[in-house]
Amino acid sequence: MNPLTRILKHATFLAFTATSLWAAAAADLLNVSYDPTREFYKAYNQAFGQWYEKEHGGKRIAVKQSHGGSGKQARAVIDGLDADVLTLALAYDIDEVAAKAGLLGADWQSKLPHNSAPYTSTIVFLVRKGNPKGIKNWDDLVKPGVEVITPNPKTSGGARWNHLAAWGYVLDRELGGDLTKLSNPEFAAQAAAAQARARAYIADLYKHVPVLDSGARGAATTFVQRGIGDVLLAWENEAFLAVNELGKGTFDIVVPPISILAEPAVAVVDKVVDRRGSRVLAEAYLKHLYSAEGQRLAAKHYYRPRTPEMADPADIARFPALKLITIDGVFGGWQKAQKEHFADGGIFDQIYLPGK
Amino acid sequence: MKEHPKQTGGFWGNLALCAAALAIMGLLIVLPLLVVLKEAFAGGVRLWLASVTDQDALSAIWLTLGVTAVVVPLNTVFGVAAAWAIAKFRFKGRSLLLSLVDLPFAVSPVVAGLIFILLFGRHGWLGTWLSEHHLRVVFALPGIILATLFVTFPFVARELIPLMTEQGSEEEQAALSLGATGWQTFAKVTLPNIKWGLLYGIILCNARAMGEFGAVSVVSGHIRGETSTLPLHVEVLYNEYSFTAAFACASLLSGLAIVTLVLKTIVELKGARDAA
Repeated sequence: MNPLTRILKHATFLAFTATSLWAAAAADLLNVSYDPTREFYKAYNQAFGQWYEKEHGGKRIAVKQSHGGSGKQARAVIDGLDADVLTLALAYDIDEVAAKAGLLGADWQSKLPHNSAPYTSTIVFLVRKGNPKGIKNWDDLVKPGVEVITPNPKTSGGARWNHLAAWGYVLDRELGGDLTKLSNPEFAAQAAAAQARARAYIADLYKHVPVLDSGARGAATTFVQRGIGDVLLAWENEAFLAVNELGKGTFDIVVPPISILAEPAVAVVDKVVDRRGSRVLAEAYLKHLYSAEGQRLAAKHYYRPRTPEMADPADIARFPALKLITIDGVFGGWQKAQKEHFADGGIFDQIYLPGK
Repeated sequence: MKEHPKQTGGFWGNLALCAAALAIMGLLIVLPLLVVLKEAFAGGVRLWLASVTDQDALSAIWLTLGVTAVVVPLNTVFGVAAAWAIAKFRFKGRSLLLSLVDLPFAVSPVVAGLIFILLFGRHGWLGTWLSEHHLRVVFALPGIILATLFVTFPFVARELIPLMTEQGSEEEQAALSLGATGWQTFAKVTLPNIKWGLLYGIILCNARAMGEFGAVSVVSGHIRGETSTLPLHVEVLYNEYSFTAAFACASLLSGLAIVTLVLKTIVELKGARDAA
């Protein structure tokens, strides 16, 4: 090897190492999250930093954030984004990181309480002030002349919850409110008929959607900022944010009598934290979400805390009671739901016909 | 006195054409720029200042400036070398080299970003080797620099190739036959001949390097305060409903565009005067 090549090679290696080290030293923890958690984690990171500093004798830490559509974020981590912790919209996206990149064990969801979901949310309707189209329940979404805004379930976690909540509503209606009939062989015929009705309803629903954004935030800006559509199918926390902080007095929240229990999941990325030596910090970070402070902040930012007694009662009073179906109870878990509804050639691909 | 060419459209026809041209210019170029400025200062100068001196905004500005400071000199050297080889010499594979120089113009920036993910990502060709050596390329600074280098590669070369081809190599040959070395020929003959074209190319390269969104968005990882460049930071702010802050940062980019335009005009004027 001639001297010049050798020098060049060393210089390249040094440059890469230096930038990598710089990046590693600057970020103590990287939290890769989905779209609507921006405000919550901004507040939580500050609170956690102060708590950690006090607990560990003045040791200062910094948490870096990355946000985007949940599926897109999972893809980036699979491709090499060094997340210490994942806080995504649904368990399936973390399953994907476990399966495709092997960065964490398949049993990740059992590592933390409540299915590794420290807070929950649900899907509600955001309508224009005074609810001019009179939207009260899921049936009203498919009335003539109603435009519905929901993002693309292929890329958005929120959109998948929207889709399944709507589906679950029809099952519940057709089965007279008794969803246990779904798994009871005695009612197989009735269950099959209900599934067929749900499919017809969803097909009809997507005919009322003028634009499919790629993420929940994009859909919300379409509805709020660009003024398109009569109703936004939204995360409850996004809906509250829009009503209280964006257009005061321009929107109303309509809570349908039935919706879905959305469990945004969190996990430590084993391989990354072991390589970077950040396991202790990462685990403390996620565990603190279950503490009184974490639960209080979640409720303040419109997420439903797992332990409501820990939060401010005034915050809890904002969450109306409604019947919540679960992904495990109605759809047999995320793996099955994803395969049936959103995989290539699945139900969504079969029924969504743009422009028809 | 020379007579003007006869006007064919008539007074009203010309007026209509001019009005249409001005209206289109105003609607497509001036109006959006004004909207950016109006939104940026919607909350007053103090809010604008607070938005652009916010910690994340500052780190985005520094990152953008840093990336540009690396990319522009490198692409200047590459561009001059490529243009020199293509314009002054005839060799096998010359037209292939010419096509390669143009490749980044032909490839969509998003695809350019994905190329780097495929190369350097965890499952990419070099991904295993990189992770064994604890090196990070994509979703870190090196990836952003590589993506920007790729996208802005043709600007300097494309500006110089026609100019250098037109000038031919007689002057260089004269210098060489008079005993000048290669470096002397380049510094004293070639460089002065191309300086305005080179400067013009550098300005365009600089503007694109600071404004690049697509390719950088794919390889950035969107880590706030670390891998968010200014254009990406604008998107982040917009998605956080911080519209005024988003437009404040966008106004910085627009300001850069205007500075670029002014510099470009000056360079063109000076170049034309020198040539005359």
